[in-house]
Amino acid sequence: MKKTMVIPYARYVLWGLLLLALPLVLQIFGNGWVRIADMALLYVMLALGLNIVVGYAGLLDLGFVAFFAVGAYMFGLLASPHLVENFPMFAAMFPHGIHTPLWAVIPLGAGLAGLFGLLLGAPTLKLRGDYLAIVTLGFGEIIRVFLNNLDNPVNITNGPKGLGQIDPMTVMGHPLSRKLDLGFIELPGVTQYYYLFLAVVLVSVLVCYRLEHSRIGRAWMAIREDEIAAKAMGLNTRNLKLMAFGMGAMFGGVSGVLFSSFQGFVSPESFSLMESVMIVAMVVLGGLGHLPGVILGAVLLSALPEVLRYVAGPLQQMTDGRLDAAILRQLLIALAMILIMLWRPRGLWPAPEHGKALPSDKRSA
Amino acid sequence: MNAPVLNVQGISKRFGGLQALSDVGMRIEHGQVYGLIGPNGAGKTTFFNVITGLYAPDSGRFELAGKPYQPSAVHEVAKAGIARTFQNIRLFADMTALENVMVGRHVRTGSGLLGAIFRSKAFVAEEAVIEQSARELLHYVGIADLADYKARTLSYGDQRRLEIARALATDPQLLALDEPAAGMNATEKVELRELIDRIRNDGRTVLLIEHDVKLVMGLCDAVTVLDHGKQIAQGTPAQVQADPKVIEAYLGTGGH
Repeated sequence: MKKTMVIPYARYVLWGLLLLALPLVLQIFGNGWVRIADMALLYVMLALGLNIVVGYAGLLDLGFVAFFAVGAYMFGLLASPHLVENFPMFAAMFPHGIHTPLWAVIPLGAGLAGLFGLLLGAPTLKLRGDYLAIVTLGFGEIIRVFLNNLDNPVNITNGPKGLGQIDPMTVMGHPLSRKLDLGFIELPGVTQYYYLFLAVVLVSVLVCYRLEHSRIGRAWMAIREDEIAAKAMGLNTRNLKLMAFGMGAMFGGVSGVLFSSFQGFVSPESFSLMESVMIVAMVVLGGLGHLPGVILGAVLLSALPEVLRYVAGPLQQMTDGRLDAAILRQLLIALAMILIMLWRPRGLWPAPEHGKALPSDKRSA
Repeated sequence: MNAPVLNVQGISKRFGGLQALSDVGMRIEHGQVYGLIGPNGAGKTTFFNVITGLYAPDSGRFELAGKPYQPSAVHEVAKAGIARTFQNIRLFADMTALENVMVGRHVRTGSGLLGAIFRSKAFVAEEAVIEQSARELLHYVGIADLADYKARTLSYGDQRRLEIARALATDPQLLALDEPAAGMNATEKVELRELIDRIRNDGRTVLLIEHDVKLVMGLCDAVTVLDHGKQIAQGTPAQVQADPKVIEAYLGTGGH
């Protein structure tokens, strides 16, 4: 009895130590590697958000990157000189520029993206499957086009040039972009961001896990499994779907906020359709609706292209430059995705199968 | 005497050129098993879909336990107190049997997103009650040992039972079963009959749409017979069985 209690905790502690130590090991090989881990964490958060919409509620959303963009641009506007430079009104209100702190901006980003989730979700409620996918794809593109063009006649988003000089996140008065000297070890900015992102991801995982095992989570899955039966059981599918859209979008928004402070720069380019497709691929490839699978999918698909950079480079040299590294990289990613889907059609780490074959003594008399 | 559990009158429904239902009515008293029979295409399922809100009726008055209700949205009807099963079983296939029944409790419980995220005391308590009552219902229909198996792995008969348990979980005034015996073998039919009998004896009211005349005649307290969207007979099973119009509808006049 005691043994079964100790082992799971030991596993969590081990995982915790591993995750805490990871950037310290990576930074030895260069900050670029820590950066990859940082981006992977942001993608994990995006995938977790989309998993609520696609994995739990079964609503195929191909425009998810829109919420990422909403969060990123919101922080970009609230923590860069852009608004002050372009609007005398703001310059008068904030003589020292607009600098919104972390504690305010994360809930704000979640809230605003959640609102967009409801707005974009509402018109699609009657649509399902492929039709829904096409409409959400359109919405995703609309947001990007808006960001690209809202620089004229009133310059709100600065158009394709994007927003620059965005504040870094500041934790207890310390901007994360500055090196932190702990005496025995020096933490570069990327490593500090890693810990911030890790904390937010852990909270996200907890929230997702709790939602999955709740009355609302079950209702979402019931809609995914059979919408008509779900209605017949008294589920208000309209409200529940909106809830899923809003909740998923919140994760996207928070991820966007963190992304824009991490990069210090946002432009519409970062929010292309390809990003939405990649996030869907992470969720599907990892294991639709299964948290560990989704996390694995996000880490793999976000890190793989970066790691392949180190493989494609030498390959290019070996062939005297006849093989272009960038193209080769894309080719390898596509190949990996095809192979995974062929071998593991339900994802790399799908939800466990219960009772695939009923034991004969379980048959009811 | 209490108001009838279901009292619907004057229901008509037209699909394009087809008059699927014309002026159909029904009055189901508390504690009855009420049968709705008729040959293929008689309008049984249409009637069923109309009273449960899946199809909008062209006309009709609807009363559930003495209160008028509008069958305008399926989930509202379920909330008002009619729970149904489907002719071709519609379970939440990738969820466990237990989870299926727990979804049935959704409409009678109320915790929301925040309760779930912060695991509030009320949420935890409600979850425990939901699970407890779901397990009891699984036990009630006789599949308690299959609680943790995914619905799609259950045998056909067990899936039918699970669907009934899920419907009962909504605490319905009226349990409406759409051809529950379809595709069942003789043993399964006997078991089903026993289950419906037990549900009635526990004070519930059942509307049974059935193809299998034998099952209906042995089980029901009252029967309505539909043919071509019209009500051709109504009464006790014995009365209905002796009605020449019913015999004609089922056997045909041979003159077509």
